[in-house]
Amino acid sequence: MNSDVRLDCTGMVCPQPIVELAKQRRKMDPGEILELWADDEGAKRDIPAWCEQTGNEFLGSEENGSFVKYFIRTV
Amino acid sequence: MGKASIIVFSGDLDKALAALTVATGAAASGMDVTMFFTFWGLNVIKKGGAWKGEGFMGKMFNLMARGGDAIGPSRLNMLGMGRWLMKRMMKKKNVKLPQEMIADARELGVTFLACEMSMRVMGVRKEDLIPVDDVVGVATYVQEASKADIALFI
Repeated sequence: MNSDVRLDCTGMVCPQPIVELAKQRRKMDPGEILELWADDEGAKRDIPAWCEQTGNEFLGSEENGSFVKYFIRTV
Repeated sequence: MGKASIIVFSGDLDKALAALTVATGAAASGMDVTMFFTFWGLNVIKKGGAWKGEGFMGKMFNLMARGGDAIGPSRLNMLGMGRWLMKRMMKKKNVKLPQEMIADARELGVTFLACEMSMRVMGVRKEDLIPVDDVVGVATYVQEASKADIALFI
């Protein structure tokens, strides 16, 4: 999947990926696609939960060896 | 997006970490978040250094109730050894310290309120604390918390 912005949150633990995600979201325009990399177990549920809570669209995730790529479309 | 209201009564490192995790997480999720620091919780937002407080008794008291970097865990502190160990483990596991999380919370727009009555009881002056949005009483808390979707006492 192609993305406009990539945010590397590997090595971070709760709540840092969500905090970084919220900070990044503020810098983006609606309709852009953000690719977030994370390797903490909690992110698997936290990223979709953040999307539901904030109204941004969760497009899915891809396993990539030691980390997971999460794709979000900003609304 | 909703509102969250958190009373921080405890000045323990672990409890401050939990309160700040919920606060930053809620703010990052678009919630309007207010943290009320009261009693030992004032230690979490105290500036570093030992010599603080109102008058002689306030100074003596705040020398014993050190804040900022000096706060320790609620269990196994063992004269500061637990604090040292826990902070080292947090660093190693890439978990942010309360002082770093306060900066995140501020950046995300979390409102910091300090309780006036407990400041008086404990001899804490406004200048002993990091900058807060306001010093308030219980009516402000009730007004905020009555509109909150998440209300916690930590």
